[in-house]
Amino acid sequence: MMTQRTGHTISDSTFTFIGCSEVQEILGQQAEDEKELAELVEEIPLDSIHFHTHSYFLRHRFIERAYPNDFAQWVVMQVGDHVLGERLAVVDPFDYPNLEDLREEIISIIDDHLSRMSIIPRVVFGEPFHFKRSRILEVPIGLEARSLAEFRQAVSEVDVSAIYFHMFEAHFRLGREESDFSAWIRSGLGLHELADCIRSINPYLGSLERLRSSLITACDEFLAKPS
Amino acid sequence: MTTALDEYREVSPKGTVDFLYRLSDLVKGRSVVHVSAVRYGGGAAELLRRLVPMMTALGVEARWEVIAGTQEFFAVVKRLTDALQGRDEKITEDMYQTFREINERNAKALNLEADMIMIHDHQPAGMVEYRTSGAWLWRCHLDLSQPQRRAWAFLRRYALKYDAAIFSLSGFAQRLPIPKFLMYPSIDPLSPKNREMTRSEINQIVDRLGIPRTKPIILQVAKFERFKDPLGAIQAYRIVKKHHDCRLVLAGSGVMHDAEGEVVLAEAREAAGRDPDIHLVQLPPEADLEINALQRTATIVLQKSLKEGFGVTVSEAMWKGKPVVGGTAEGIAAQLIDEVTGYVVHSAEGAGFRLRHLLNNPGLITRMGAAGREHVRRNFLITRQLADFLTLLKIMSPQ
Repeated sequence: MMTQRTGHTISDSTFTFIGCSEVQEILGQQAEDEKELAELVEEIPLDSIHFHTHSYFLRHRFIERAYPNDFAQWVVMQVGDHVLGERLAVVDPFDYPNLEDLREEIISIIDDHLSRMSIIPRVVFGEPFHFKRSRILEVPIGLEARSLAEFRQAVSEVDVSAIYFHMFEAHFRLGREESDFSAWIRSGLGLHELADCIRSINPYLGSLERLRSSLITACDEFLAKPS
Repeated sequence: MTTALDEYREVSPKGTVDFLYRLSDLVKGRSVVHVSAVRYGGGAAELLRRLVPMMTALGVEARWEVIAGTQEFFAVVKRLTDALQGRDEKITEDMYQTFREINERNAKALNLEADMIMIHDHQPAGMVEYRTSGAWLWRCHLDLSQPQRRAWAFLRRYALKYDAAIFSLSGFAQRLPIPKFLMYPSIDPLSPKNREMTRSEINQIVDRLGIPRTKPIILQVAKFERFKDPLGAIQAYRIVKKHHDCRLVLAGSGVMHDAEGEVVLAEAREAAGRDPDIHLVQLPPEADLEINALQRTATIVLQKSLKEGFGVTVSEAMWKGKPVVGGTAEGIAAQLIDEVTGYVVHSAEGAGFRLRHLLNNPGLITRMGAAGREHVRRNFLITRQLADFLTLLKIMSPQ
């Protein structure tokens, strides 16, 4: 992923929402069978690993696909290999400290799977796997929050790319253990319990719209608690 | 007519229009010139007619230039189009020379000073030889997956001189040592082909086309070409017809002056025989309202193509809340979510099976139709493509 920055930051007292716009770049490498897939996963730039795992959600904002990353989706839908698809589907990119480790895990799963197969599953009627990467442009959206109520309101109306940016990009970009949202709620508002609650939301469980709903629910439940 | 961006608030996803305003702040005052071969007809012209006024409204200095050519030139580029899409065409050195001369003449005549110059398709692609300033992008709307070797070798020399190329699908691209971007086509929800219609307006048009509305309608909108597989559509319909009393409507543009079209239409007529529930409808060019009305009247839309461009008719149908049963052509599969917004099928039998399954489950038709509309709202509306263009303008013309 290549991110073009616009110089906007998040201060302690005010949360500034930043959205993002993605253009996809075709790398020109394609796999027609699972062995080729593993070989190319080893070669491609890390940006492409990010594209096919993390930023998958930016492209499937509303409707949840059956599998939460492009690799799993392809081996099931195009190759018809449900076993490998299921094994790749449970890989949670947040479990890995960096993209190189994530790459190693994907290769290891495919290699292990192929070592038990007498033939290499390949595309017969479907499409090959085309490797791509993103160029992501940060876009300040002009929305700010200074309190939890303002934050909740902004989350409910902001372009969904901001949810992606602060929940997914922040983790990768800043290398932090938590998202921009939980980090600000913890340090800016001092609401540790809510920050922990938001931190515990697994972004890989659904679409970005579902993630938006989970964030709003967490805020509403916290705001409804007697002080 | 310029459509104000704010009119898209009602139809685009929450926050999209505000996001576009913020995105445009990053490129305000920058200039872009689009160059295409024609002002009317074809996907590129249809897109630019809507997109250029929208970009201007957002503060981008957007212009659209159309090249001037001779009859001979347009005959040459038509051959080149066919050859680039894999047909066996003979193109002589004299023809290539005509291409070079017209491109040179246009490059000298047109004002191509801008931060970003976007050349649409191959007809004006040779103008890059005369580039002076700005970033040059080649927007290829064609499927280049299996071009005739010599034709592609000729065009590739020009492609290498661009800063980047843009394709509609990964599979359409050829190997090039410049950045290759992916930009899916889109539909305009406010255009005559996709805007909301009243029930009486729809009925009037469908009645005029001679299609009774007394049975479920399976519709395929496609030219009468072999790649669109109208015979496969008829075969699928016959499988369904054994269990459901329905109609099949195959609607496509007229086949006058189109040798293949005439043959394919004749074959479809023969396959239809005397079945009064099969309707072969020849539409006039740019029959946008007719297509809109037919898609809104259909129960299920079929796109049984063996090969497609992008096949934006799939998005058009989903926008109207219809489930789509589509072939495996890459463009169709890129738009459909299998088992969510419709079904991807591999054969006429598969199409028949899925159509029958849907007709047996009216609730599923409603659910898939609703999911399809939301899928298009978020991925295939012109607002998304406008964001793509603005992002490229920012990335490719840094200031």
